[in-house]
Amino acid sequence: MDKSPQMSSPAPAPMARPDWLGLLARSRPAHLAALMPDPLPDHHLLRAPEIGAVMLRGRAGATGAPFNLGEMTVTRCSLRLSCGTVGHGYVQGRDRSHALRAAALDALLQTAEGAALQTRILTLLAAAEAEARQTRAAKAAATKVEFFTLVRGEDA
Amino acid sequence: MYVAVKGGERAIDNAHAFLAEERRGDMAVAEIGTDQIREQLRLAVNRVMAEGSLYDPDLAALAIKQARGDLIEAVFLIRAYRTTLPRLGHATPVETAQMAVTRRISATFKDAPGGQILGPTFDYTHRLLDFTLMANGEAPNAPQALTKASPVPHITTFLGRDGLIEAAQPDDTPPPDLTREPMELPASRATRLQAITRGDEGFILSLAYSTQRGYGRTHAFVGELRIGMVEVEMDIPELGFAICIGEVELTECETVNQFKGSKTEPPQFTRGYGLTFGQNERKSIAMSLVDRALRWKELGEDFTGAPAQDEEFVLMHADNVQATGFLEHIKLPHYVDFQSELELIRKLRAEAMAQNEAAE
Repeated sequence: MDKSPQMSSPAPAPMARPDWLGLLARSRPAHLAALMPDPLPDHHLLRAPEIGAVMLRGRAGATGAPFNLGEMTVTRCSLRLSCGTVGHGYVQGRDRSHALRAAALDALLQTAEGAALQTRILTLLAAAEAEARQTRAAKAAATKVEFFTLVRGEDA
Repeated sequence: MYVAVKGGERAIDNAHAFLAEERRGDMAVAEIGTDQIREQLRLAVNRVMAEGSLYDPDLAALAIKQARGDLIEAVFLIRAYRTTLPRLGHATPVETAQMAVTRRISATFKDAPGGQILGPTFDYTHRLLDFTLMANGEAPNAPQALTKASPVPHITTFLGRDGLIEAAQPDDTPPPDLTREPMELPASRATRLQAITRGDEGFILSLAYSTQRGYGRTHAFVGELRIGMVEVEMDIPELGFAICIGEVELTECETVNQFKGSKTEPPQFTRGYGLTFGQNERKSIAMSLVDRALRWKELGEDFTGAPAQDEEFVLMHADNVQATGFLEHIKLPHYVDFQSELELIRKLRAEAMAQNEAAE
C-alpha cells in the first residue's frame, strides 16, 4: 500500500464512529443544520433531546489524582431510523435540534448512505474545524518569543 | 407577642419593574446582546463560568446581562440554573498535556521546549486608557505565523526526569463531589481543589498574596502557565466506548516550590496546582499558591497559623454565593429578632438605672 505523502489526490480515510461523534459534538449547530437541512429522515425517538450537565475532571499536578473541576452543559438524543439503525448524539451546549441532528446523522452514517455523507458533511465539518484551529494556532505562534543574546562589550 | 404581617407585595412588584427598567438603562442607547457580552466581555464570562461551576458561555453571558454586570449575582444565577440540570455523568480527566495552547509561559526555564508563547495577554501593555475604543476603532487584525504541530510538554516533566520535583503519581481514586455530598474536614486535596477552583477570585487572590507576603510562605515560581482548548471525553454506556463530547478553554498553572527534604525524601521541589475554566490566569496562579500552602501537613511543614494554611478557614469562606447569601440576608426583615433585643436592652437599662438610684 502506497503511504507516500506525495500522492496527488489522496482519498480521505473514512472517519471512524468515535471520531465523527466527537466532530458532531464540537460542530457549530448552524453549520451542521446548513449541511443537513430539514426534513430529517423518518425516525422513532428512543430518547428525546435532553439537556443535562456532565462533571468535568482535572488531575492534581496534571497527572495525579482526579478532582471535580465543574460541569458543562451537554444535550443528548437517541433515535432509531425506520430501517432499524440506532443513532446517538451527544453535543456540547443546550441546542436540542443539534443533538437530534447529530443522532440522525450518526444513524445514517452507519447505513449504506454513510460513505456519501462522510464526503458531503463530515469532511466539510472537519475542514471548518481544522481551519479555525489552524488560524488560532498561527496567531499564537506569532506571539512566540525569539530570545537573542546581546553582544557583550569584551566580545566586540 | 408575634403578629404575622402581610403586605409589601405591590412594593416588591414595582421594585422588580424598576429594576428591569434600570437594567435596560437609557432607551436611546442600543440594548446590549448576550452575544456581544459573550464575545467582547469574555473574561467576565470566564469568571462567571469558573465560579458558577458551569461551562456554558451563552448562559454566563445571559447571567451577566440579567445581573446588570454584578458578577457575583451572575454566579448565583448560574448556580441556581445548574441545580435544575440532570447529571448525565462525569467526563474522564482532561489531558492538559494535549492542550491546543494559545498562551504558554514558564518563569523558570527561558528555553522551554515548545517555547514561550505570550498569547492574548495584558502583560506588557502600558495600562493607559485607549480612547480609540470609545470612538469606532479599526477592526483589529492579529498577525499569524507559520506553525508546525509540535508537542508542548509540561515543564514539570523535565524536573521530574531528574527527580528534582515531587511526582504527581497517577491515581484513579474517584474524587468526592462537594456539590453532591457535604464537605467534610479534614478534606482531601481533591475536595480542596474543587472548592478553590469554584471559589471567589478575590478571596483566593488575597490568600495567595498573603502567602507571598509571609503568611505561610511557600516560595512559589510559576513553573508553567498554559491557556488553551482541551477536548472533553466521556464514556458513553449505550455506545460502549468513549467519545469527545465537546471542548473547553482552560487555564492551568503549575508552581515549583521550595522544600527542604525529610527523612524519607531527598531535597526536591514541591508543586502547587491551579486549573480553571476559561482564560483566567490570575485565579489559576492564585489557586496553585493556595493549594500548595494547604499541603503543609502532607509535606511535614509547620503550621504557622497563617490563614492560607488553615483548611477550614479557606474552604468555609471561599464560596461567594454562600458568603453573599449569609452576609446579605441580614438586610432582610429581622423585626421580631430585633424586637426581642430591644425589649432586653430596655429591661437591662431599667435595672441598671434602678441600681444606680438605689446606690445614691
